[in-house]
Amino acid sequence: MHELPVTEKILDIIVAHAERNNVQKVVTINLNIGELSDLEDEWIQNYFDYLAKGSVAEGAKLVIEKVPVVMNCNGCSNTFQVDIKEMKEMQCPDCDSKDYTLISGKDYYIKNMEVV
Amino acid sequence: MDEVRLIEVKEDILSDNKAQADGLRISLKAEKSFLMNLMSSPGAGKTTLLMKSIAKIKDDVKVGVMEADIDSKVDAEKLVAQGISAIQLRTGGFCHLDANMVTKGLEAMDVKGLDLIIIENVGNLVCPAEFDTGAVLNVMLLSVPEGDDKPLKYPLMFTVCDVLIVTKMDYLSLSDFDLNAVRERAKKLNPNIKIFEVSAKTGEGLDDWTDWLKNEVTTFGK
Ligand SMILES: Nc1nc2c(ncn2[C@@H]2O[C@H](COP(=O)(O)OP(=O)(O)O)[C@@H](O)[C@H]2O)c(=O)[nH]1
Ligand SMILES: [Mg+2]
Ligand SMILES: [Zn+2]
Repeated sequence: MHELPVTEKILDIIVAHAERNNVQKVVTINLNIGELSDLEDEWIQNYFDYLAKGSVAEGAKLVIEKVPVVMNCNGCSNTFQVDIKEMKEMQCPDCDSKDYTLISGKDYYIKNMEVV
Repeated sequence: MDEVRLIEVKEDILSDNKAQADGLRISLKAEKSFLMNLMSSPGAGKTTLLMKSIAKIKDDVKVGVMEADIDSKVDAEKLVAQGISAIQLRTGGFCHLDANMVTKGLEAMDVKGLDLIIIENVGNLVCPAEFDTGAVLNVMLLSVPEGDDKPLKYPLMFTVCDVLIVTKMDYLSLSDFDLNAVRERAKKLNPNIKIFEVSAKTGEGLDDWTDWLKNEVTTFGK
């Protein structure tokens, strides 16, 4: 729902890095976004296309890699991945503990960009 | 054709907000002002709960409220009418508050001397969960009529909240809301979550919640 502010932020960061690196044109932006966030990939791209007009990133393609929800078991230190649709049945597959900490899945991260 | 190069960016999109929120927490700690962020769906009962809760603690704790309901002044006016100091933030249709908006809101408020500042966040279970406001306590309100499947639909909200208040408990006998299922689902997403059950209408369970809150605020100010 807040694709717009998030997209503005992405553009700011990309433009700053482009300036520092003498970039003529940004072609692709690779992002990691956690599965727990509710962003619609398509909307991010649409907003980006609109906001980036006239900037060095105009026309860049956003490639979004979804980061799975991973928990760290506080019982046995095992880490395990969780299907967000099955979060109600969660427990550590190793020791059945129901005490765990979220270690990924809330990510909002720009990895890199392909530029000319 | 120019060759394509790869440039490492490695930046967290929300890191500016996180940094600002951390800064806010430090300055509020110095002021001994406890910032609480209240989130829920629209109509779950945030304003009502705030009015009832503040009435119970206002002799011991000095409270201010920052209202962020989408483009409406009604909530802040309701609070002010009860003698509670409140300001209305204009969020301009934004779906959430971020640390920057909260910082500006605090500037517009007379924060000095407030023991407890409560943000009534925009009614929405998705977006507010993603943006750190600088609060030291995140509270989510879930009302019985909304149903017991909310933790399954909005898992992130449950993972970021320290406290879950199940409200409109006076509706419990009229509905098929399964309280145990909610407790279990919420604990699964967040084993440390603290759960209260209240009715702002009948006053049921309110003391447990307000006593606990008062204690948190007092401890923080020491
Ligand atoms: N029966 C009942 N109604 C409530 C309770 N809390 C709030 N309400 C009603 O729910 C409606 C929405 O409440 P409000 O506080 O404005 O919700 P907000 O949008 O989350 O701030 C109002 O009509 C309230 O009177 C409660 O505990 N029990
Ligand atoms: Mg309200
Ligand atoms: Zn385990």
